[in-house]
Amino acid sequence: MKNIIIIFAIIILPSFSFASESVKLQKAPIDLDDKKSLQRGARNFVNYCLNCHSASYMRYNRLTDIGLTEELIENNLLFTSDKVGNPMAISMKYSDAKKWFGAAPPNLSVTARSRGADWIYSYLRSFYKDSSRSMGWNNVVYKNSAMPHILWELQGEQHLNHDTNELKLAVPGKLSPKEYNQFVGDITNYMVFMSEPGQQKRRQIGYYVLAFLFLLLVLTINLKKEYWKNIK
Amino acid sequence: MEKEPNTTSNGMLGWIDERFPLSSFIKNHLTGYYAPKNFNFWYFFGALALFVFVMQILTGIFLTMHYKPSASEAFASVEYIMRDVSFGWLIRYMHSTGSSLFFVVIYLHMFRGLMYGSYRKPRELLWLFGVFIFLLLMAEAFFGYLLPWGQMSYWGAQVIVNLFTSVPFIGPDLAEWVRGDYLVSDATLNRFFAFHVIALPLALAGLIFGHLIALHEVGSNNPDGIDIKSTKDKKTGIPLDGIPFHPYYTVKDLVGLSVFLIVFASIIFFAPEMGGYFLEANNFVPANPLVTPDHIAPVWYFTPFYSILRAVPPLFNSQFPGVAAMGLSVLIFFFVPWLDKSKVRSIRYKGTLYKKWLSTFVISFIVLGYLGTVPSNVWGQFYSAIPIIGGSDVATIIARIFTVTYFLFFILMPIYSRKDITKTVPKRVRM
Repeated sequence: MKNIIIIFAIIILPSFSFASESVKLQKAPIDLDDKKSLQRGARNFVNYCLNCHSASYMRYNRLTDIGLTEELIENNLLFTSDKVGNPMAISMKYSDAKKWFGAAPPNLSVTARSRGADWIYSYLRSFYKDSSRSMGWNNVVYKNSAMPHILWELQGEQHLNHDTNELKLAVPGKLSPKEYNQFVGDITNYMVFMSEPGQQKRRQIGYYVLAFLFLLLVLTINLKKEYWKNIK
Repeated sequence: MEKEPNTTSNGMLGWIDERFPLSSFIKNHLTGYYAPKNFNFWYFFGALALFVFVMQILTGIFLTMHYKPSASEAFASVEYIMRDVSFGWLIRYMHSTGSSLFFVVIYLHMFRGLMYGSYRKPRELLWLFGVFIFLLLMAEAFFGYLLPWGQMSYWGAQVIVNLFTSVPFIGPDLAEWVRGDYLVSDATLNRFFAFHVIALPLALAGLIFGHLIALHEVGSNNPDGIDIKSTKDKKTGIPLDGIPFHPYYTVKDLVGLSVFLIVFASIIFFAPEMGGYFLEANNFVPANPLVTPDHIAPVWYFTPFYSILRAVPPLFNSQFPGVAAMGLSVLIFFFVPWLDKSKVRSIRYKGTLYKKWLSTFVISFIVLGYLGTVPSNVWGQFYSAIPIIGGSDVATIIARIFTVTYFLFFILMPIYSRKDITKTVPKRVRM
């Protein structure tokens, strides 16, 4: 039996080859307790993303969860809507968007759950100039993405070295690389919050529930012992 | 026939007992139902399965109040439940986690049955009820998974319903009949909703009732596989190794329930997606009939069977052999009571042969389950120089081997269970 396993192992082991060569993602700086970062992220998101992308499962007044007041939201963030209880919708029609961009910009409400935070963070950092694309931009993380580099003024212009597959900042933008990383990091952090606004509350309640259940366990164990002490 | 006085109490209970057999019901099924006193860890899962079933029904009712079974509204209505409905997220996570844990509990419950021979005479019918429940539960989970209308919901349903097209002669018509359309669509969602919220739960409730009636008719098996009714107290006629289900097992099951709830709550509150196994990442993308995901995988509890489907090679360009093998891999559980020819019930008194085969089966099930969650090229390909298997996916060949061992556990059971050297079964149970 042992011999069979060894022979079998020898046959397969060297032949394992991992063909898939996916891009290594950068770790996104996610901290849902950092209200400042979330608020900056919300501002950046509303200013830059929420023109083409909708986030229509999210209501504006849910931003009170990250420490904003309804007045602050109304005065600073309501560009596409007039009521604070409205969802984050956009006025661009789906069919128009499809015609203009080739693919309609997806609803971003739960993108952090489908793509993951690291993907979003890396994606926003990985645009490079590519004149063969209709929008003039391409992306290392999502090849031939239909999205132009909306934040190019801030990040500047990156060029791709096709031999080493590395990005280099050719023309600096308004923000330093460090500031830019924080800028998109805040957006990502906000998008994680937006994908499930109640998640902090969920964890908070979870501790109480578990504390109660451990107490219940102690009680039920003792109850069982009491009843079973005569069973042999 | 003289009517048995079924009550000793007056007052409210007496009043009811004269009109409804309440006291005698409690006596027959709880306080006077004698269960073996040596139940171990593995005997928690039946009661837990019942608990999860009730919980799924209750959370399901509340989800139905807010969910919209329509292709254009379903996805948004789930997000509405997650965000705008008070504690909607909790109800939804309880339901989604509950479905996965239902299968955890049921798989452990079934494994218990295989270990201790709980399907052996006189419990064959009890076992058959159980396998029927398992079958319907799979259908229930499959129908329910379409409802959130995400990409995985959609394409999972598409793949599974397309399996029907491989049935010879009537296949394509059959698939269309099931879908109610040429592709999975609003019509499919509506009928799946109907099956998920009323047809199958109703059938499940009936079968679970039958399962319990059958259990209480023949009495519970135990880890020793000893018939406790064969040694009774001469005066009272009560089995010497039996104890009343209530209070002994009700309080014991409360301990099991507490542990279960701790696991359950840990997932709901801290890891509701369970690393993509309970809620798949791609299911947070609304269903799109024009975009096929790179990798379509069913939820983890279907993956052993899905692996078998993928492992069996097509014949004359037809996928039917794979579909048939997948069907058989579930239906074969029906035959277990008649395949096991061992002189003893429990694994405690069976020989090493049975233990080795059962381990082989468990390993096959787990490996197939893992392989079902990943693409078939996950382990690369064999060197093309190797004869026969050269160039084929390593994972596919491994899945084929384990598919064979999965089936051999059942097919060879009459032979190895007869050949196996068993130990003598004692008269009384061990604690």
